[in-house]
Amino acid sequence: MKRLLFLLAFIATPAFAVNPDEVLDDPALEARAREISAGLRCVVCRGENIDESNASIARDLRLLVRERLVAGDSNEEVTEFVVERYGEYVLMKPNTSGANLLLWLAGPALFVAAAFGALVYLRGRSTAKEPGETGLSAEERARIAELTGKSGE
Amino acid sequence: MIAELGHMALILAFGVAIVQTIVPFIGAQKGWSGWMAIAAPAATLQFLLVGAAFAALTYAFVVSDFSLRVVVLNSHSAKPMLYKVSGVWGNHEGSMMLWVLIVTLFGAMAAWFGSGLPPRLKANVLSVQSAIGVAFLAFILFTSNPFLRVAQPPFDGQDLNPLLQDPGLAFHPPFLYLGYVGLSMAFSFAVAALIEGRVDAAWARWVRPWTLAAWVFLTVGIALGSWWAYYELGWGGFWFWDPVENASFMPWLFAAALLHSAIVVEKREALKSWTILLAILAFGFSLIGTFLVRSGVITSVHAFANDPERGVFILMILAVFTGGALTLFAARAGTMEAKGVFAMVSRESALVFNNILLAVSSIVVFIGTIWPLVAEMFFDRKLSVGAPFFEAAFTPFMVALALLLPVGAMLPWKRAKLGRVVKPLVPAAILAVAVFLLVWAIQSQRTILGPVGFLLGAWLVAGAATDLWSRLGRGALSNRFGRLARLPRADWGRVVAHTGLGVVFMGISGLMAWQVEDIRVARSAEPFDVAGYEVMIREVREERGPNYLSTVADIEVSRNGRDLAVLQPEKRVYPVQAMPTTEAAILNGFWRDIYVVIGDAQSDGGYAVRTFIKPFANWIWAGAIIMALGGLLSLSDRRYRVAAGASRQMRSTGVPAE
Repeated sequence: MKRLLFLLAFIATPAFAVNPDEVLDDPALEARAREISAGLRCVVCRGENIDESNASIARDLRLLVRERLVAGDSNEEVTEFVVERYGEYVLMKPNTSGANLLLWLAGPALFVAAAFGALVYLRGRSTAKEPGETGLSAEERARIAELTGKSGE
Repeated sequence: MIAELGHMALILAFGVAIVQTIVPFIGAQKGWSGWMAIAAPAATLQFLLVGAAFAALTYAFVVSDFSLRVVVLNSHSAKPMLYKVSGVWGNHEGSMMLWVLIVTLFGAMAAWFGSGLPPRLKANVLSVQSAIGVAFLAFILFTSNPFLRVAQPPFDGQDLNPLLQDPGLAFHPPFLYLGYVGLSMAFSFAVAALIEGRVDAAWARWVRPWTLAAWVFLTVGIALGSWWAYYELGWGGFWFWDPVENASFMPWLFAAALLHSAIVVEKREALKSWTILLAILAFGFSLIGTFLVRSGVITSVHAFANDPERGVFILMILAVFTGGALTLFAARAGTMEAKGVFAMVSRESALVFNNILLAVSSIVVFIGTIWPLVAEMFFDRKLSVGAPFFEAAFTPFMVALALLLPVGAMLPWKRAKLGRVVKPLVPAAILAVAVFLLVWAIQSQRTILGPVGFLLGAWLVAGAATDLWSRLGRGALSNRFGRLARLPRADWGRVVAHTGLGVVFMGISGLMAWQVEDIRVARSAEPFDVAGYEVMIREVREERGPNYLSTVADIEVSRNGRDLAVLQPEKRVYPVQAMPTTEAAILNGFWRDIYVVIGDAQSDGGYAVRTFIKPFANWIWAGAIIMALGGLLSLSDRRYRVAAGASRQMRSTGVPAE
């Protein structure tokens, strides 16, 4: 048990991300820090933002964000400051520059195209001829006409 | 010995699967009934053999046979029995075994219950299903054999990742796989129909129950995973838009689209080729999900980090099946003649828009998931696509879906007058707006998210209630209620599932809009206030679990002097994997959860404590379960219980089902 307790002390790491000592006294400023943090990625983690991560680099970034805020930066300036140093990889929400336009426009463009296609299809369906009360296909009706020697309609 | 028998059974299953792929297929082409008839017993045999192999592997985990490599890497003798069993699928090799087991189970079920199917269709379906089995059995045997021995068995194993040692996660993969693989049935039916060049109402009546079942399983599986993330990861997030989560969400969206479009094929014989395409895409996205999780192409919190060789193999499976099916589709789709004629305003057209919204939103998720890869390969940019993107790009489609749904669900087939449908929905709309105003007025934070989410949720729930009411026809109240019990289950299913969606909307928006968080250093017996609740540490102590050490806190929660609960959050360390986990303590409630996490001891004798008030959290999972229940109700509809493909007599009983 003693050895296990030693082990416990040895490998214990912070249990959660934002620790009490990081939190700013000014609640408004802290709320802004949170908002910014949610948009910044922990660079060594797998898809976690720095607010959710227990990694030490995430902690450094959280402190950096708060430092900049206290220094009077706006939210955009803080984000820009971090992106300048770590690259656009840290942005959870990719910007709309260059090829990223494809990413952002893919959904709306696809929707417009699909809606257009659907309207064309629906128009076709609404003006199509009923296959007839009996539900026979054109070939079947032609066959009946052939067999009975009359016109099918 | 038992492991070798399991290995042998797996190899035999591979052989049987090859036979079952080839022989019935040729039989169906040539019209040889003897060759076609081989499919059914072969499917049963294949299932029994894979079942035997799976049982052998499970046995190795249960008795902690550390001469098997997978057992050494993923188990430990001190692990509780539940997790020894769930450890079977808590790793790459074992989870592929589960995957194949379910593929063969579904194949066998199609053989057992498919006596009403036309023999050629049945032979083709079982042949395609078995081809999927061949591919994945080959994948297991050649790249991920779970029955590999180690030369020198160690005394003990390396344990399962502690995060996975949890009841919620023990059952999460089986449900997900039942869902993913259930879609393989829809795929097999689609490909069989393309081979025959024939799709009719009877075909749709066969495909829909499989899709519905797959969708129900996926719903439960995703809900379990989300619930696990909520209580296990220590800060109560329920959805991360992580690649692996997206991998399960994309097939879910496609399955939802498919089960709606299959209704149109079944009732109206329209949208045939589109439904086939959806069936192919739904399973295709299941395969893409498998590829994303196992190839290591996209890193994720819960990907099984794996080698590229396996990734290439799965990519080949993906290319052969999806590519092959799509090629077949391109060649044959033209022959699917649509029969149903309908007006611009009709239930058919509403379902077309349902399909567009679900399919496009799913593709948005797909593009967002692979974009980092695309950007790096083609544009030389290393970037991330996280939750904020998905929230912005995906949500509008869901808002549109929720707005249209109650109207679409009440439109009659063929031809509708919008005015006549909208009129009974006016009270529901008024109620939704009233809910919006009420929520807007009483919320303390000024967010638009909460009120809008509740507006949509209330609109969906009230719309579903109106839908139900309109099904009861006219006349005296007692007559109407009398009809309630006699409504087709499919009607109940639709109403319940749509209600569930409304509940999910309210849960998600409520939680995201009004969550309260408090982080502080707290000392024993010094109470503090979180959003009107009084929270106090009573005691913190060290404890020992079966395979972990734990720091446990007793934390009292009270309100206005009334004790609510003593919560016991834990911080655990699993020595074998040298990994800490947080076990949040949650006071579940109808309106809100109180969520407490204990952190590190501080130098001044206090402890870091993180407290959340999470409004409407349980509504998310309750809504998902209600949706799944709706699916089950629909699945138990009479028309699926009586021999499928039988004559459509019950159509004449008045109220059209669905």
